Amino acid sequence: MTAVIDPTTSPVTHDSATVAPISGIPFARLVRVELRKMVDTRAGRWMLIVMSGISALMVAALVLWGNSDKVTLGDYVGLTSFPLMVLLPIVGIMAATAEWSQRTGLVTFTLEPRRARVLLAKILAGVALGLVVVAASFAAGALGHLVATTVRGAHGDWSMPGQVVLGFVVAMTMFVVQGLAFGFAFLNTPLAIVASILLPTVWSIVGALPKMRTAATWLDLNRSMEPLMSGSMTASAWAHLGTASVVWIGIPLAVGGWRVLTREVK
Amino acid sequence: MITVENLTKRYGSFTAVDDISFEVTPGSVVGFLGPNGAGKSTAMRMMTGLTPPTSGRTLILGRAYRDLPNPARQVGVMLDAAAQHPGRTGREVLHLVGMTIGVPKDRVERSLEMVGLTSEEAKRRVRNYSLGMRQRLGLAGALMGDPQVLILDEPANGLDPQGIHWMRQLLRAYADQGGTVLLSSHLLHEVQIIADDLVMIGRGRIVARGSKAALLGAQGTRANSLDNDALAVAARAAGLEVSGDRNGLLIKATPEQVGRLALEARVVLTDLHTTGSEALEDLFLSLTAPDARDHVAA
Repeated sequence: MTAVIDPTTSPVTHDSATVAPISGIPFARLVRVELRKMVDTRAGRWMLIVMSGISALMVAALVLWGNSDKVTLGDYVGLTSFPLMVLLPIVGIMAATAEWSQRTGLVTFTLEPRRARVLLAKILAGVALGLVVVAASFAAGALGHLVATTVRGAHGDWSMPGQVVLGFVVAMTMFVVQGLAFGFAFLNTPLAIVASILLPTVWSIVGALPKMRTAATWLDLNRSMEPLMSGSMTASAWAHLGTASVVWIGIPLAVGGWRVLTREVK
Repeated sequence: MITVENLTKRYGSFTAVDDISFEVTPGSVVGFLGPNGAGKSTAMRMMTGLTPPTSGRTLILGRAYRDLPNPARQVGVMLDAAAQHPGRTGREVLHLVGMTIGVPKDRVERSLEMVGLTSEEAKRRVRNYSLGMRQRLGLAGALMGDPQVLILDEPANGLDPQGIHWMRQLLRAYADQGGTVLLSSHLLHEVQIIADDLVMIGRGRIVARGSKAALLGAQGTRANSLDNDALAVAARAAGLEVSGDRNGLLIKATPEQVGRLALEARVVLTDLHTTGSEALEDLFLSLTAPDARDHVAA
């Protein structure tokens, strides 16, 4: 409690500035820091534990009660996607809003005042985390399938169409980015979570009205993601996905980006 | 080196910071003093690029904060010790800072050591920290990059008297090695202990600034002795202005001059101090007096 600087051994040397020119912070390092920030708090860690826990439970249920002769690897992996669909956006939201709700932005944005770089690093880190989670869910699915084929003696269909794999990866990435976008746009964790669940749901209900059918096919993200997950994407399905993504990811990201870059950090 | 030039911030019709200019030179600890809501924090956020100024600018080591390539290696900043993620451990907070700005890992331990946080304390989550510990952690974060300039908002807030003296020693030693320190406080007493120079602001404007000695000594010396009459005669004989009341004498001179007078007049002094702190205190209180808050309290 009485630490005092000793001039001879002091770590406060002021040498670094005069000896070596100071270079900027490499972007890859910012991404690593943002990635670490997503998992180094209790909230972030529990989020991942809950996600993998629910996925594992669902796989276990399929192993125990599924009709193991008909179940393919694709089914196992598909099953793990349900908890991820709900929870990955929340991971994104928490990563985006923590700087403001916990006010850590006061530190983050003084360490790197070029906020656009921090913003971009957060998005890349979120995508990277999403991909790790997806890889883990593939592994969990494969493990479940392996248990089913060996223990229960199912005949073991290891097929999983490339379309499904691609769709799965794209969809999960989109969920994370959507979470980040809503987080940046609202800069408030509960508000962003409620909005990211409520708004698309409300829109799905509105889209079910007869007069809104056409608009809904182009602008409903949940609906346009269905063919993506089932591996039945067509040219028009990609177009629907594109327009829906602009509305549900692009616009919040643009609004959020503008807010993060211009808002006063307090 | 910090140069603040005509810094102004307006929110609609409210002027939070009104055309302030001052300099902090290497080797000095400057106290930025003002009551709550005077604009200290807003000014410091503008200096560090977190709040865009309405007009004016700040140069740190000759550059705007945003133009420093890796600012934390040159400027240590702590704007709010409470602004930490409660779910991280103290060590993790510092580790993230070190990782971002690219300093060796052992810098975390050295920073912890400098601010007097033990290894045990660093393992605890910030949620369980006292305000004093958060201040120490915040300061450790600011020191991570071995900066030449420190900008600290209310660093002594929440510290016990011992902690305030510790901080004074730390910042004094830091400045003695050529560092530049700007710290804010809303307590005159606190800043009087820590800083060499003062910049006092009220309602966004600078109301007084200068070296602590000049500001505190400007009014003269208050003296009390076993024979005030004799001391007054001696002072008048030396051509000094003297006034007195039952608490002693007020002499327009330095304490040293009065001490010599007393020595020559063979009067035993029982009290000798500059009256500046009282005058500064009066000025400081007058800044807050017209506020509604004060009337409610009274």
